[in-house]
Amino acid sequence: MTDPILATDGITRSFGALVASKDITLDLRPGEIHALIGPNGAGKSTLIQQIAGGLRPDSGRVLLGGADVTHLGTAARARMGIGRTFQISSLAMDHTVLQNVVLGALGHRGDVFRFFTRVMKDAELIDVAERALAQVGLSDARNMRTAELSHGQRRQLEVAVALTLNPRVFLMDEPMAGLGTEGTAQMVGFLDGLRAQAPILLIEHDMDAVFALADRISVLVYGRIIATGTADQIRANPQVREAYLGEEGAA
Amino acid sequence: MIREGVLNAGLLILLLAVPLAALMLDEPFIITLATRAVIFAIAGVGLNLALGFGGLVSLGHAAFFGIGGYAMGILAAHAQSYTPLMTWPLVIEGTKSMPVIWLTATFASAVAALGIGALSLRTTGVYFIMITLAFGQMFYFFAISWPAYGGEDGLSIYVRNSFAGLNMMDPMTFFLTCYALLLAVLWLVARIVKSPFGLALGAARQNEDRVQAVGQRPFTLYLVAFTISGAVTGLAGALFADLNRFVSPTMFSWQTSGEIMVFVILGGVGRVFGPVAGAALFIVLEHVLGGLSEFWHIYLGAILLGIVLFARGGLIGLLAGREVADD
Repeated sequence: MTDPILATDGITRSFGALVASKDITLDLRPGEIHALIGPNGAGKSTLIQQIAGGLRPDSGRVLLGGADVTHLGTAARARMGIGRTFQISSLAMDHTVLQNVVLGALGHRGDVFRFFTRVMKDAELIDVAERALAQVGLSDARNMRTAELSHGQRRQLEVAVALTLNPRVFLMDEPMAGLGTEGTAQMVGFLDGLRAQAPILLIEHDMDAVFALADRISVLVYGRIIATGTADQIRANPQVREAYLGEEGAA
Repeated sequence: MIREGVLNAGLLILLLAVPLAALMLDEPFIITLATRAVIFAIAGVGLNLALGFGGLVSLGHAAFFGIGGYAMGILAAHAQSYTPLMTWPLVIEGTKSMPVIWLTATFASAVAALGIGALSLRTTGVYFIMITLAFGQMFYFFAISWPAYGGEDGLSIYVRNSFAGLNMMDPMTFFLTCYALLLAVLWLVARIVKSPFGLALGAARQNEDRVQAVGQRPFTLYLVAFTISGAVTGLAGALFADLNRFVSPTMFSWQTSGEIMVFVILGGVGRVFGPVAGAALFIVLEHVLGGLSEFWHIYLGAILLGIVLFARGGLIGLLAGREVADD
């Protein structure tokens, strides 16, 4: 078995009496899509935060490429190769689409503290940015203000910005949320190809998308992972059916 | 709607034409008013970098304005009394040289902004406003209670400082010097806004999570912006002190911070030339309304209210519309 690129090792985090993450151990291996599912309030967002760097676990470790990154902040982890997309689109809304992607390329290249060169005339950054836009199919919208984009286009832009970071792993929080049938189908097709570039830890509510894409699925309930396995194993798992899939799983 | 570039150029030409006309009509007071507008514009352009482009609502920029003023006052006071500033470990004499004073003012206020920023930027929102206000007031009361440099009475400088052999007591010469510095500062900020740093700073203002997700720390971006912002406002302070040939703790007062903020809001928050329009409008209103009534601030308040409610982009936004991304 190949070494995992991203792993959590016994992460626990509580808020007062509420244990939001309880001894969570999971990993993400090269070339795979690992989906994380669970009912509302299961602690998915808390877990994502701890992996991305916004929250520190009370105990346990987060490993990226074998290195312990538990004590690094969000920005440092992003530089080490976590490409994140947000559940609620988190973009610079007054900037143009192209500016948002250039920001990603710039952040990745790292030379932010330059005051006299014109960033939008930087051929290298523009090139990276335009390739990312082309990859998600947003090239036509490059000069639009981000606030004017449709919901679906914003989701695409989120992914495009993550692409410019050339990350070692993608951390995607509900990329299909609110996309509609057609949009979801497109995104599924896109993510399917993307796993060859870097593995994806995918948090998603859309079960059809999850079962279509995921190489492995972990089920989170009340802060604990109750099962990890392939789509078929998860479908067949009685605990999961009871706790989560309910009637949908029985159908 | 006028193109923003045309509007900006027109603004600069107007700002130059008024004192030239005043010179021909032999109205030196108008030249002094125009000089005030130019100096206030520099202070506003400085604040705008933090407030407009970084989204940092600082109510403490009087600290930097005052530090610039006192840098000028202290250096010039020692020069005119022929006493050294300090004799140990090395002898530092006062000076009447404007470039040295400008550099000192800029550097001193940059250092102060770095320190104040490093502490204040750990907070956000209303706490940031309060803590910057508190730092401003700290300097204010320090200046009042520091007898060596005049305390509450301030410091008077008899003759305006010198630069390149020019006669700075001539109002037009001093105006043109300030005007040239305003152009330099506008150029600097315009370049910064279009630079990699400017892109990242603007993104941090809009969405800190986004900036972190691409591997950059908003705190560092803010701190650098705040430092440059303070330095520019400090330069304006030195010029203001030279204009009046007088420095007093009033320069540190929170009303001064508020006025600088008014220039930015009147002209257009986050527009490079906004504070120029704002400061010019402020001076015109101060002069015109001030002639009508002692209580002209009431009318200023009403105008400010109107702009905040109906023209979020200030004067520049009103005339040039929403900012266009030209590249």
